[in-house]
Amino acid sequence: MKPFERLSDDDLATCVHCGLCLDACPTFRVTGLETESPRGRIYLMTQWKREQLPFNEEQVKHIDLCLGCRTCEAVCPSGVPYGRIIEAGRAEVERLRRPNAKRRIAKAALRQLVARPRRLRAFGAVTRVAQATRATSAMRSGRQLPPLHAPFEVPAGRLAPAIGPRKHRVAFLVGCVMPILYPQSHYAAVKLLQLASCDVWFPEGERCCGALHAHNGDLDEAERLRDENMRMYASGEFDALVVDSAGCGSHLKDFYPGLQGRVKDLSEWLAEVGLPEPKREVKMRVTYQDACHLAHAQRIKKQPRDLIRAVPGVELVEMRHPDICCGAAGLYSTLEPQMSARILAEKLDDLAATRAEMVVTANPGCQMQLASGLRQRGSHIAVEHISELLVRAFL
Amino acid sequence: MPLTASVIDDLKKVAGRDNVITAPNDLRIFERDGSIEGAVPDAIALPSNTEQVAAVIKIAARHNIPIVPRGAGTGLSGGAVTIRGGIALQMTRMRRILEIDPVGQTALVEPGVVNQELSLAAAPHHLFYAPDPSSQKACTIGGNAAENSGGPHCLYYGVTTNHVLGMEVVLADGSVHWVSGDAADRIGLDLCGVLVGSEGTLCAITKIKVRLLRIPPSIATLLAAFPSIDTASQAVSAVIGRGIVPAALEMMDKVTVGAVEAHYHAGYPTDAGAVLLVEVDGVADSTRELMAAIRDVLSENQGYAMREAQTPAERDLLWAGRKGAIGALGRIKPNYYLHDGVVPRSKLPQVLSAVGEIGVHYKLPVANVFHAGDGNLHPNILFDLRDREVLQQVEEAGEEMLHAVVELGGALSGEHGIGLEKSAYMPWIFSPDDLEVMSRVKSALDPTGLLNPGKIFPDPERKKLPLAGRTGFAVEAKWW
Repeated sequence: MKPFERLSDDDLATCVHCGLCLDACPTFRVTGLETESPRGRIYLMTQWKREQLPFNEEQVKHIDLCLGCRTCEAVCPSGVPYGRIIEAGRAEVERLRRPNAKRRIAKAALRQLVARPRRLRAFGAVTRVAQATRATSAMRSGRQLPPLHAPFEVPAGRLAPAIGPRKHRVAFLVGCVMPILYPQSHYAAVKLLQLASCDVWFPEGERCCGALHAHNGDLDEAERLRDENMRMYASGEFDALVVDSAGCGSHLKDFYPGLQGRVKDLSEWLAEVGLPEPKREVKMRVTYQDACHLAHAQRIKKQPRDLIRAVPGVELVEMRHPDICCGAAGLYSTLEPQMSARILAEKLDDLAATRAEMVVTANPGCQMQLASGLRQRGSHIAVEHISELLVRAFL
Repeated sequence: MPLTASVIDDLKKVAGRDNVITAPNDLRIFERDGSIEGAVPDAIALPSNTEQVAAVIKIAARHNIPIVPRGAGTGLSGGAVTIRGGIALQMTRMRRILEIDPVGQTALVEPGVVNQELSLAAAPHHLFYAPDPSSQKACTIGGNAAENSGGPHCLYYGVTTNHVLGMEVVLADGSVHWVSGDAADRIGLDLCGVLVGSEGTLCAITKIKVRLLRIPPSIATLLAAFPSIDTASQAVSAVIGRGIVPAALEMMDKVTVGAVEAHYHAGYPTDAGAVLLVEVDGVADSTRELMAAIRDVLSENQGYAMREAQTPAERDLLWAGRKGAIGALGRIKPNYYLHDGVVPRSKLPQVLSAVGEIGVHYKLPVANVFHAGDGNLHPNILFDLRDREVLQQVEEAGEEMLHAVVELGGALSGEHGIGLEKSAYMPWIFSPDDLEVMSRVKSALDPTGLLNPGKIFPDPERKKLPLAGRTGFAVEAKWW
């Protein structure tokens, strides 16, 4: 089936052309162009789908430049399902466009590397060596990487038991790049779950959830990964599948109907089941950057802030536009480096204005983008996953 | 008519290569604003400063090419639609707040600054920019000044023109001028007063000096349900008749509330026939007293289920619902068509029942959401643009509703401007002499008719196209 055939004309017609989404769109804010706005992109895709405008290679850039942050979707009073529309639009573009070396490499890397945990770990190990010899700093994407350490290790017996009374059993998404890039965020998340009376189960044979594939127009591979993962999730019992990466959580909620209602973001779940009394103070001025796929795709903004505020000693200061994308957006910072850098520059200004010591977020892509931007500016603001900040109160 | 290569080259020289768009397929994305009529521009120019605006206009003047200034494109009367082709002058890159003077309580901004961004930037000084169109999250101050926009809080605070102190403008010959200045009392001929609300037909606006106000220390917001639109309109008349002028007094009917509640979950009562949203501000003692008085009047007029916002977050949510209302109507039907006629407040019950009857007659759903305190209607006729058969009825129903407004002593527009959609109705309320005076002002400032042609003034040469032929989107409208 052609990707556009999966999309109903009603989904597109829901856009009333009111324009309330325009200034919520990071690329519109930077360019001021209707063609780089959600309303313009929907207008373009609608005309493509209805064959009122021929597919045109020059216009592909408008689709490429969409971050997929879905801020527009959250502010749209009419309920336009933008996430669904742009995923189909990207897949259609990938079907029709002239071969593009960069995107082909990205697609191959996603299929051959990211979707295969063993190869990915080997790649991580090689990268670690390369970092030790500073070979990675020769490439832009290499400079963006955090210093890599030993990857996340699943505990013995694939189970981390609850600390204290056991009230819940959760599955935990280890995922693809997160255990290699940010093992410490995972360790902190698991510790928090144990403290919140959860047995944490790590299903065997889990693959990448397919979010990166779907967001980059490879719906076929995303479906294959989903079907494999669903077989594995069906093999065990759990109250919730807890995810500490916003992009994955949003994809699992939208794309895995079989998990209906059981996918929970870490902060969503912790707010629901509650953490014990904190053990110690964490004296720090902190600001929170909404991860787009948490704030907009999952509409979760309150829970992470409530959890941060509950840490004694932490002072939470809001930056200007905390819910506007930082320009990371999965592979975007690699595929569209110029636009990504323009969006990041504004974000870094807003961050600096808060005079915070630390910026906290909830997605590996955001962590990497913010940290690399701050490093380049010589800033001392630390970047942590929300799990790392929260766990400090219990160490 | 497509521009010649040499004109495009000239435009690129002044605005920069990347700041001129001429790719035909891209231009089609710019054919509409927030209304439903469309026409494709021949080029888009994105200036970054006044000099570039002036240079672009000079090029246009030399070659007799129409110029249509455009902000975010959220307008509701087709003001930014390039019906005679030409260059759309997109002002969204000029979005710097140049100065906030906390002592003088003024701000100097470029036209592309988004309305809400100004209030956000002024907030640390305990100041805000009062005019608050419902699209304030996206619409620009330049567009607001061009349209003399209103908003819920304009009941008490006044519309945009009451807050513009002066402007830097570029006229049709490319000359740059300042009109008025710092003082609220505009000395000499009030040219600023003429240019605010001129809908891009007299000048392009390049800088705006606006008044900022102190954020009131106390704000109270009340939501009240009514059994019907009729009882709610009686209540509005009663409040105003009692000599109370709230900061805002808004009405939404049952259809609108249903759509709004589906997105915002603001706690609007979906079973009510209509709801009123009332806000008062000032010092705490006076808001308490006023609100108590308002509650009394509302209950005397069958108001029930009254609920006051307990926190700023609750108040924001109630307002988010009201301000997103027109967009939310997309949940019912994909398109809306509306004229924002305004009637004397005492005529609200009459005009609303007329609007209801017209909707029933044409078998078209109508959603009412409007600035009740101002008597400013927004009857949204809901339809689906894909159903071309219904468009004729939509247009006729809209026209009849506006006619009912005028019959009751009202006016064509409260805040959206005349633009494209209402220009043909101008003779309903203005005599030939009135219109002649206006067109003399237009000729004095724009003798060749370069700026936003075909707007405001009725144009006898314009073809009488059915709505289906004007809606853009694959329809190549031939307006002339």
